[in-house]
Amino acid sequence: MAKQNVGLRRRLVNWFMTGMAAVFSLIVLMPLFAIFIYLIYKGIGSIDLNFLTKLPQPVGEKGGGMANAIVGSGVILGIASAWGIPLGIGAGIYLAEFGTGKYAQLVRFTADVLNGVPSIVIGIAVYSLIVLRQGHFSALSGGVALGIMMVPTVARTTEEMLLMVPSNVREAALGLGIPQWRSTLSISVRTAASGIITGVMLAFARVAGETAPLMFTALGNDYWNSDPRQPTAALPLQIFNYAKSPYDEWHRQAWAAALVLIVLIFMAVTAVRIVAGRGQMRHSA
Amino acid sequence: MGVGIEVKELNAWFGKAQVLQDIEMTVEPNKVTAVIGPSGCGKSTFVRCLNRMHEVVADARVTGKVKIGDVDVYGPSTAAVDVRRRIGMVFQKANPFPTMSIYDNVAAGLKLNGFRNRRQLDEIVERSLNMAALWHEVKDVLKKKSGASLSGGQQQRLCIARALAVEPDVLVMDEPASALDPISTGKIEELVNELKEQYTVVIVTHNMQQAARVADFTGFFLMGRLIEFDRTEKIFTTPSDKRTEDYITGRFG
Repeated sequence: MAKQNVGLRRRLVNWFMTGMAAVFSLIVLMPLFAIFIYLIYKGIGSIDLNFLTKLPQPVGEKGGGMANAIVGSGVILGIASAWGIPLGIGAGIYLAEFGTGKYAQLVRFTADVLNGVPSIVIGIAVYSLIVLRQGHFSALSGGVALGIMMVPTVARTTEEMLLMVPSNVREAALGLGIPQWRSTLSISVRTAASGIITGVMLAFARVAGETAPLMFTALGNDYWNSDPRQPTAALPLQIFNYAKSPYDEWHRQAWAAALVLIVLIFMAVTAVRIVAGRGQMRHSA
Repeated sequence: MGVGIEVKELNAWFGKAQVLQDIEMTVEPNKVTAVIGPSGCGKSTFVRCLNRMHEVVADARVTGKVKIGDVDVYGPSTAAVDVRRRIGMVFQKANPFPTMSIYDNVAAGLKLNGFRNRRQLDEIVERSLNMAALWHEVKDVLKKKSGASLSGGQQQRLCIARALAVEPDVLVMDEPASALDPISTGKIEELVNELKEQYTVVIVTHNMQQAARVADFTGFFLMGRLIEFDRTEKIFTTPSDKRTEDYITGRFG
């Protein structure tokens, strides 16, 4: 009998602990779902074709949209990604495959510190280094600020993912007489690719919603602007400006813009995953 | 066709620890030469010195002379990558490239060295997999399955095919069957026997029966020294050194 009681107790404890784990995971997921559902609830009503294709209207006039901010965000993020991602990946490869000694440690330390610098500080720095010198706000300086924020995340995740590639895989490549640079690019990086892409997308998604650095750099713009050397609209800026305004119509549009921003980030991340997933062999496949 | 290997006054270190001392050995072409000895005797380091894989490890150092055919392995004008292309290497643990298909695994050595001819590549992949006795098991899933999805024994034969695809003169195998079951081990041994028609094979093993089964010549290593090197029958029946006799009769190791 005693034996059976032990069995019952063990089952109860097991059941209770498993239940707790499930509850905690649910609590972790809740904020994400809550935010997303609330965004849809508040924002979906204001999203229509006008919102996605028209310029902002003056207060009091109905309609109008944020087409310029959607495109502007794309341009600024494009500039940031164009230099931030390659530089970050390059630094990560250096740290993982070649970086030994003091210099590598300095690079690693700098990246970690840069990762912890508040985004508003990066905004001010770029403002004084580029905007003040050029005498005007621009998409370019916004791209520089966001790119600076991407580099350390991309570099460190690239490094960690490469370090996870087993050393016997590297040895196999060297043993075949493949030069080290080739083995690094075609074997190590390829083996770690899915992890590196995750890091890149994480960095991208994080800076896509940054507002503070853009206030000092891209500034925002109520009109179309195709020149990256001029002030440019961006979704986070538009959300910020509309949300703090006293007008109900603008508040609704701010919610809509927030929803659009999240959906666009989600779409970009998914698209990259699908494209990058092609031609990749899964371990179990 | 296989070529001979000549090793003279070979010394190797990891940092300050000397792991090989004054090794002298002449490996006959188109024969199987086994390297046996207890763990830590330097047998793996020895074969890694043949294709300059020893120097890949941080603070590893080599002195001495190694000639593979007419190539001076440590000569001032010899590049490590060229040596490694002439010496195929199979490692203790099967190490296929995990994100590549079976086909790409075999073709990797050629493709990544700039070889582009598709038709020839197809032929080489088929021939190499045939030589490694794997073709019939994988011919229908060549480009569909990843190398890592095969069984352990198949993975090791895939690695052999990959090494053969670059058409080396010598095949070095570092305990290729130590992680495999008896049936897969038997297949690998059979393979070694067939491969010596075209290649010179050097095989490291800690399994003495395996050495006795596959090798024409056997070298016994102990604490970084080559104690005895002779025809396999001689080593296993009438060894001239007491230490060799003690080892093969199971008195230590």
